[in-house]
Amino acid sequence: MALSAGNLNIGDTYEECLVEDLKRTQLVQYSGASGDYNPLHTDEIFTTQVAGYPSVFAHGMLSMGMTGRMLTNYVGDGRLKTFGVRFTNQVWPGDTLHSTATVEEVAVEDGDSVVKLKVETTNQDGKMVVSGYASARVDP
Amino acid sequence: MAIDRFPVEASHIMMFARSVADANPIYYDEEYAAGTEPGKMIAPPTFAQSSAQFDPDYFLRPKIGEPWFGSGKEATGIKRDGSGGGGGGGLHAEQHFEYHRHISPGDVLTATVKPGKTWERESKRAGKLTFSETVTEYRDQNGELVITARGVGVRTERPVDQ
Repeated sequence: MALSAGNLNIGDTYEECLVEDLKRTQLVQYSGASGDYNPLHTDEIFTTQVAGYPSVFAHGMLSMGMTGRMLTNYVGDGRLKTFGVRFTNQVWPGDTLHSTATVEEVAVEDGDSVVKLKVETTNQDGKMVVSGYASARVDP
Repeated sequence: MAIDRFPVEASHIMMFARSVADANPIYYDEEYAAGTEPGKMIAPPTFAQSSAQFDPDYFLRPKIGEPWFGSGKEATGIKRDGSGGGGGGGLHAEQHFEYHRHISPGDVLTATVKPGKTWERESKRAGKLTFSETVTEYRDQNGELVITARGVGVRTERPVDQ
């Protein structure tokens, strides 16, 4: 089910729902797995009373990690060559995120066929939360 | 800052994949993984970030016997200076990965971290923003470069307006 350069067209898209109604418990789960225990992601009292935010919010890397899942589901296992993002808005408990990869270019690099993708993850209000790019090896 | 030993382990990969809600069996089922193109379990694309677990000085992990800035009896256990808005030591602005090879259980990585550029910008939503870049190079047990990661952190003058 690997992608193949011959079947890819500029503007092709692939999309997935990353999460519906994000739960605080998932932020706890990500903290534990990643080792990033910043209280901003799990400690409502610290985050509202000391840091001055309306509630805990997601690690940028959780949004990037879920966006990465959309990418690997699209391009296949072990095929990514690059993946980079900017975190453009915070993600909050209760958010529902959708992520889209759009084909921007199909090229040959060092003898490999490579697809270049624009990567965008938005919340339920259509606000962009993750904006970036990826490239992946595809079959010729 | 450097990480001397980051052993890539199957159960860590499984827990990490669960936390990003990725049900792909290549992250937990060795037998399934043997039949995939990589031919073995690999780590999800952003897994290298969990090298923080193996950084002895990582400042966002509570350390035994040391004060911690999260809440307990009080809303914070420690007063921090100069962290700017947001209190937690800043926010993550960008992250970039370049994969030279996909890592697997059994790999034992080292990581070196180099500071990159720093720059400032004014923003309407959070006042003065101070950006700083770090470049982390992950090498395997043979000294081969496997992942290059570039992160950009930002300290805000005040919490980001919502």
